[in-house]
Amino acid sequence: MIDLTAVYVLWLREMKRYFRAKSRILGSLAIPFFFMAFLGLGFSRMAVPGVTGGVNYIRYLVPGIIGMSLLFQSIFAGLSVLWDREFGFLKEIMVAPVSRVSIVLGRIAGGMTTALVQGLLVMAVSLLVGFRIKGVPELLIALLFMILISTSFIGLGLVFASKIKDMQGYSVIMNFVVFPLFFLSGALYPLDNLPAWLRALSYFDPLTYGVDGLRGALIGVSVRGVAIDLLIMGAISVLMVFLGAWTFEQSESA
Amino acid sequence: MDDIRVEQLTRKFDDFTAVDRISFAVPAGELFGLLGPNGAGKTTTINMLSTLLRPTSGLAEVAGFDVIRNRDQVRRNIGIVFQEPALDSQLTGRENLDFHAMMYGMGREERRRKIDEVLDLVELTEKARVQVRNYSGGMKRRLEIARGLIHHPRILFLDEPTLGLDTQTRRHIWDYIKKLNRERGVTIILTTHYMEEADFLCGRVAIMDHGTFAALDVPEKLKDGLGGDVISLELEGNGEALETEFLALDWIRKIKVHDNVFSLTMEKGERRIPELIGLAQKAGVAVNCVELRKPSLEDVFLYFTGKTIREAEASQADRNRAVMMAHRPRGGR
Repeated sequence: MIDLTAVYVLWLREMKRYFRAKSRILGSLAIPFFFMAFLGLGFSRMAVPGVTGGVNYIRYLVPGIIGMSLLFQSIFAGLSVLWDREFGFLKEIMVAPVSRVSIVLGRIAGGMTTALVQGLLVMAVSLLVGFRIKGVPELLIALLFMILISTSFIGLGLVFASKIKDMQGYSVIMNFVVFPLFFLSGALYPLDNLPAWLRALSYFDPLTYGVDGLRGALIGVSVRGVAIDLLIMGAISVLMVFLGAWTFEQSESA
Repeated sequence: MDDIRVEQLTRKFDDFTAVDRISFAVPAGELFGLLGPNGAGKTTTINMLSTLLRPTSGLAEVAGFDVIRNRDQVRRNIGIVFQEPALDSQLTGRENLDFHAMMYGMGREERRRKIDEVLDLVELTEKARVQVRNYSGGMKRRLEIARGLIHHPRILFLDEPTLGLDTQTRRHIWDYIKKLNRERGVTIILTTHYMEEADFLCGRVAIMDHGTFAALDVPEKLKDGLGGDVISLELEGNGEALETEFLALDWIRKIKVHDNVFSLTMEKGERRIPELIGLAQKAGVAVNCVELRKPSLEDVFLYFTGKTIREAEASQADRNRAVMMAHRPRGGR
């Protein structure tokens, strides 16, 4: 059922496309950098309510920005099905004698790799604004969270890409799904500061657990604790990949 | 055995019926053509047969497999060249072919050999390492045809294979399609709105209009069905004596006289010319000029649909526009 060659060739294609568009990689680092530089430095002397234990804002912010980059990169990877449909290449993929599961896995593998590269690059940029990573175990736990965040949102992207058929839907999703997901996740501030109804909403945002987990791993500050975040994030990830694969399987490609 | 069997196949888009209860069968090794104007339902038919689109109702079997229930087996047996470009423009020509070959499970050595072969065939060897976004329209087309041939499909679908190509390339591709069909025995289903393409290539042709088949037969028979060829004889002076002679011949279906020009309708006109000249000589009438006109598929299309293919395209474009307007959400784009 799973055709490894097909998974590999779809992954390979993503890699070629990603590393060929060097200006896009640079561009996608600009926003995280500006967020970290301006928000981080601008708020650095301000006490953020809810941030405890002598953690300055820039340290608090960096895991959130890594989460943000993963969110955008992963949704984008899932939605790239839309581009393939627009430019006709999706037909070439869909008519090949490989199972749809392999196609979905190939996309997830490709999207996950680019999202991880992106996340690591953002992490590297964060070193420029004074962020420090404690050690290898912390880094590995963070990587695990990055994998779970990216697979979750690639799955979500696939759901959307299978449901909407044109490029107009793309900006709707970016504005009304991705940005709210970002702001509700607590990437920029502690969620305790939000009114109760918004905080309730944030519990439905996968990124909430992802960012909290990243923060727990990288700076040792988390609301729920790394283990619980990992558990929830893992469950969400499995669910989203399954949903994405299922809707993609159901959709017509022509 | 039939490589393709279609019964009452139908596809609706909302309340628009793109393909309306068509039935046909294509035996293995045939080169079968779907001829019709843009919007007649040819591409929708191809998309259903290649598992890209689910039929609304009816049955379609390709290589003995049902296109809904045995999608994967169908796909393993077919190759397809789409009407619209389906290339990754960020990849090079060779990478596009390599992607395809790998998706079809070909080994490294076989891939290299076949890709070299097809690149050479479509004369793109020199451009193989250039990203497809720098290709011209014709080059993209040729690359796609090359791609459709890499994996030796048992059945090959060609959706408007030579659309927008120059005459020389078109000839090339025609020759290759014929060769592929004859020497390798590949069953080919081809859609086109070029009459001469259908005529030159296809064993049988279905004339498609408004989602249905107006006629289906060997091109020769379709043309003969119109009553046959027309021979015009221009005579020196009056040919009254000849007219009675001609009237006695039962293989002449129709006689029209206009001044000193006789127009005679018959089958296989080229075989009758010597006889006609002989009759004229016997009657002592000198013939100045003989012209043989064979009906074209254009005439066939006109006969079955009541319009020329260009008129059909114009009215189809209007109809599509009307459908699109009706479906456009308020406010539009």
